[in-house]
Amino acid sequence: MNQRSSNLLDEALGLDQVIEPWPLRGQVVAIEDQVETSGSFVLHHLLKRSLSPNSSNVTIFIAFSQPFSHYDRILRKLGCNLVSQRDNSRFFFFDMLKLQCPGITPEGGLIALYGKIHKTISALPEISWKNVSIIIDDLSLMEVAANGSSDYVLDFLHYCRTLTSEFDCSLITLNHEDIYSSEDRPTFFIQMEYLADILIKAEPLATGLATDVHGQLTVSNKGRNKVSNFHFKVKENVVECFYPGRS
Amino acid sequence: MAAAKTRTSTFSRNLSTAAPSHGPGLKCGPNGTVFLSSGIPDLDKILGGGFPLGSLVMVMEDAEAPHHMLLLRNFMAQGLVLGQHLLYSSPARDPRGFLGTLPSPAASKDDKSRERDPDQEKGLRIAWQYKKYFGENQLDGQRDGKHEYSNEFDLRKPLERHFINGPRIDCVSIQDCPDLSTLRDRCATFLSQFPRNDGSISCAGRIAIQSFCAPQRAYSNMEWDMLSFIRSLKSMVRSSNSVAIITFPPSLLSPSFCKRWQHMADTLLSVKAIQDEDKELAQLLTGYQDMVGFLNVHKVARINTQVY
Repeated sequence: MNQRSSNLLDEALGLDQVIEPWPLRGQVVAIEDQVETSGSFVLHHLLKRSLSPNSSNVTIFIAFSQPFSHYDRILRKLGCNLVSQRDNSRFFFFDMLKLQCPGITPEGGLIALYGKIHKTISALPEISWKNVSIIIDDLSLMEVAANGSSDYVLDFLHYCRTLTSEFDCSLITLNHEDIYSSEDRPTFFIQMEYLADILIKAEPLATGLATDVHGQLTVSNKGRNKVSNFHFKVKENVVECFYPGRS
Repeated sequence: MAAAKTRTSTFSRNLSTAAPSHGPGLKCGPNGTVFLSSGIPDLDKILGGGFPLGSLVMVMEDAEAPHHMLLLRNFMAQGLVLGQHLLYSSPARDPRGFLGTLPSPAASKDDKSRERDPDQEKGLRIAWQYKKYFGENQLDGQRDGKHEYSNEFDLRKPLERHFINGPRIDCVSIQDCPDLSTLRDRCATFLSQFPRNDGSISCAGRIAIQSFCAPQRAYSNMEWDMLSFIRSLKSMVRSSNSVAIITFPPSLLSPSFCKRWQHMADTLLSVKAIQDEDKELAQLLTGYQDMVGFLNVHKVARINTQVY
């Protein structure tokens, strides 16, 4: 398996060594991106790593953004078959594209969602509890589904975070930084950054567009007290990461 | 070295998954996507084939110029000429009136010489900065026989009546909707005609929503309602064989919501007027006198793929 080129990202996350037990267990990973540079490739990469054949990881994917077919095609090119993982109960896909929480009590829908996640994890054999990843794509659409009640979304995230301590699972979220940077009080966003143990920011290059470099990634790993910054180029079946100046 | 031998393997080509043939105006693309034309062949080329079915296109308007209407006109006319269905919505009292301004396909240039006479250029052309570096033959080679997918349009000539009066067009005025549920229902009914399945596609639909912004009677939480309308439209379009275009004035939105809308789009474009008599631009751009505005492509749809 060619892991050479993604090593910088894996290194920054601690995924370059053994992945059993899952190195991100008990941690909250927040991915932030912008209109110019999408961060969904990081999500796809983490999904692929978590479903690696060398690990017994189980992933719960909460999709507000794209349908299953979209991820299936992308992960297939990355070398991971989501359909068979789903059949083997290693991958659970919750399609939330049409979820719209009713106006009066937006929390109703989110409470039900949390209940579903909790039930799914509890139904797994106890051995698997340490190896569960919950991936949410993406948080800004969860706010839309909740009709703008960011407080309820924040509560939901806090509840999910209790899962990281109760079951030792990892929580990986994607959100769009440029939505909140223009707000007066970006409470929701700041809270999320505070909750995160690992922060991955995808930004465009300061110099603008380029063919060889699609953007830069900054990974802040609070646990290891380490900040890494490198450039990336997204390809069909791999993400190439390299230090500035090399490619 | 080895003598040629027929390779026997357990692989046999699965013919049933060969690309199905689709109706008019549709073209297969990579990753299982199917494209339809934007109505502007140059724009199709820039976007890598056209607009993929199931995508949401958003266009940021320029408050000072109506150039987004050119995009809409070409988009709508292209669909009608090819027999695709159209749902058009605008803030006007009678949106049908706009249909009279749709352009007709330009006369075929097969008889004329390959040299492009600048006076003939009455359609909407997109001038790439670097177009002059491409050989003329590379551009014209694709023109013949392409009328099944995309047309050049002549903005001087109105579209023939029979295209506009057909049963395939539906118009909605946003003024009729005190909230967005009526528009949402009309879109849902329209899109139910083109459900997505794995077979060949007989017909595609186009939705064009012009100048989507808060209706006159704004009430609290309106911004979130509009966002949730866009989200539900996007998910309906995603599971159907159609493309939706929404144009909107970004100046009427708060910066934060403007960013949210931009993130919603699969393909994001913006139009900007070019000032007349701008000497610096005149030096920078070739053909400055013929240009009316800038078209920026901010985001290109990535359906079923993580690369452009």
